[in-house]
Amino acid sequence: MLAQGYRDAVRAKRTRAALIGIGVVVCIALSTVSAEVDLGKLFANIDKFTSYIGRLFFLENGQPVWTDPVEWYWGLGRWLSLLGETLLIAYVGTALGAVGGILLAFLAASNLSPHPVVRAVTRRYLEFCRTFPNLVFALIFVIAFGLGPLPGVLAIAIHTMGALGKLFFEVIENIDMKPVEGVVASGAAWPTVVRFGAVPQVLSNFVSYTLLRFEVNVREASVMGFVGAGGIGQDLIESIRKFYYSDVSAILLLIIVTVAVIDFVTERIRHRLIDAGTSA
Amino acid sequence: MNARTTSIEAMRQRHPEIFMPAWRRNRVGIVVFIALAALLVYGLADLGFLHPRVIEGLGKLMSVFGMMLPPDPGTLERAVIYLKALGETLAIAFLGTLLGAALAFPLGFLAARNATVGRVVHFLTRRSLDTLRGVDVLVWALIWINVVGLGPFAGVLALMTSDIGSFGKLFSEAIEAADKRPVEGVLSTGGGALHRVRFGILPEMLPVMAGQVLYFIESNTRSASIIGIVGAGGIGMHLAEQIRVLEFQHVAFIIVLVLIAVAAIDWVSTRLRQALIGTKRVAMA
Repeated sequence: MLAQGYRDAVRAKRTRAALIGIGVVVCIALSTVSAEVDLGKLFANIDKFTSYIGRLFFLENGQPVWTDPVEWYWGLGRWLSLLGETLLIAYVGTALGAVGGILLAFLAASNLSPHPVVRAVTRRYLEFCRTFPNLVFALIFVIAFGLGPLPGVLAIAIHTMGALGKLFFEVIENIDMKPVEGVVASGAAWPTVVRFGAVPQVLSNFVSYTLLRFEVNVREASVMGFVGAGGIGQDLIESIRKFYYSDVSAILLLIIVTVAVIDFVTERIRHRLIDAGTSA
Repeated sequence: MNARTTSIEAMRQRHPEIFMPAWRRNRVGIVVFIALAALLVYGLADLGFLHPRVIEGLGKLMSVFGMMLPPDPGTLERAVIYLKALGETLAIAFLGTLLGAALAFPLGFLAARNATVGRVVHFLTRRSLDTLRGVDVLVWALIWINVVGLGPFAGVLALMTSDIGSFGKLFSEAIEAADKRPVEGVLSTGGGALHRVRFGILPEMLPVMAGQVLYFIESNTRSASIIGIVGAGGIGMHLAEQIRVLEFQHVAFIIVLVLIAVAAIDWVSTRLRQALIGTKRVAMA
């Protein structure tokens, strides 16, 4: 009896696994056709990939890049200032987005929202803001505001507002409602309730998420220049398109190191915030 | 007796820190806040926010949004072209994620502290994964275009490359966080390194990994919808082109298509994830 039941259970599990497997295989087959996958071409040309990566490490004169760092980083001054602009775009975009996200999050959280209609509208708006990749907004903003960092900042700010707004209202929905009730009981209006009942509980989480987002936004800002929206991306795509291999590796290395440093620093700050939050 | 009748003044003198206004207690916070605000103002000025063209641009933006309504692909042929491109986008996202996950699978073990084969391998794998992740997917697309030419295949390879970095890191973290007891059990029965992985770690990891893959298919659909901007296939090419020629009704149509596709994938992947992992266990980090 028991053995029979066990066999049935195993068989049911296997059938399900097989069905899922077949579904995945069918999807793969369809996608392979649609995406024009051509393994023959890939294997025939794979040496181009390795040689491309290899060429990134050689200067115009055929020397490896590390033999002549001055020649490799001939445009260091220009790139550093563009990198600075990239960081500034990321910072301003994150700051504007976070401020917008905080304001909208209190309207969108089910426990603090002033009205269900306000909540629904805010949530749909936040969803819309975060569904689109930054670059789509950037493309449209470039049409409206012209080339330059301005459309990049706006694109990042809008996407950040959508992404952070969602995280923020989830944090707010998890707060302890007793302080809020206390402030309500003393007859305070909605802004006061939010300020003294909710903000002290959520602030460290908000800062932590914003720092995380800042790091993501630095990456995003580094490719904004691909569509003419400012930062170091413009120089990067130009050097890729014109096959200035050593410039490509120089700029990429700058970006990777910058992102790594920011990653490291923000993680340190976040850990301290989280520690402070748990001990308090 | 004095302590009983002390006036508020005396209390204030004895415990000045309690009577301080709240904002003065947190001096560092205030300084940091002012510095950040100053940087924001500087940034706004430096990046051209205080220029009259911002007002102009806002006006133009409004008219662009006006021109988007109603979303309309023009002719039926265009609509079919866009739908095909959308299918291509989904295919790119699906294949790219799957290939990335498949290739990241062994790397995840090498990058995990408790399953790797040596400290040097562990370190090198980690740094390589960081580099793969640190280069944007659009840059990978441009590099792969050199190899396999323009088209969606380059997009698949680009998503794959950048996903190897992300999955490798996520997988290795999941493996490091795994319960040690099954592994010890396998060891105690005399299992080797491979047995340890197959019977000690895999059964616990597979649902977590599958959940992460499903989650990534959704976020990669968004990435795949812009990868066409550099010529790597999918709907992004049409999107960029229609924005450039100012056909905003087409743009709006494409945007609505992508919105629907992402929402559908989100719905399906959430369902599958719940079926796979079970709603009780929260496996996503």
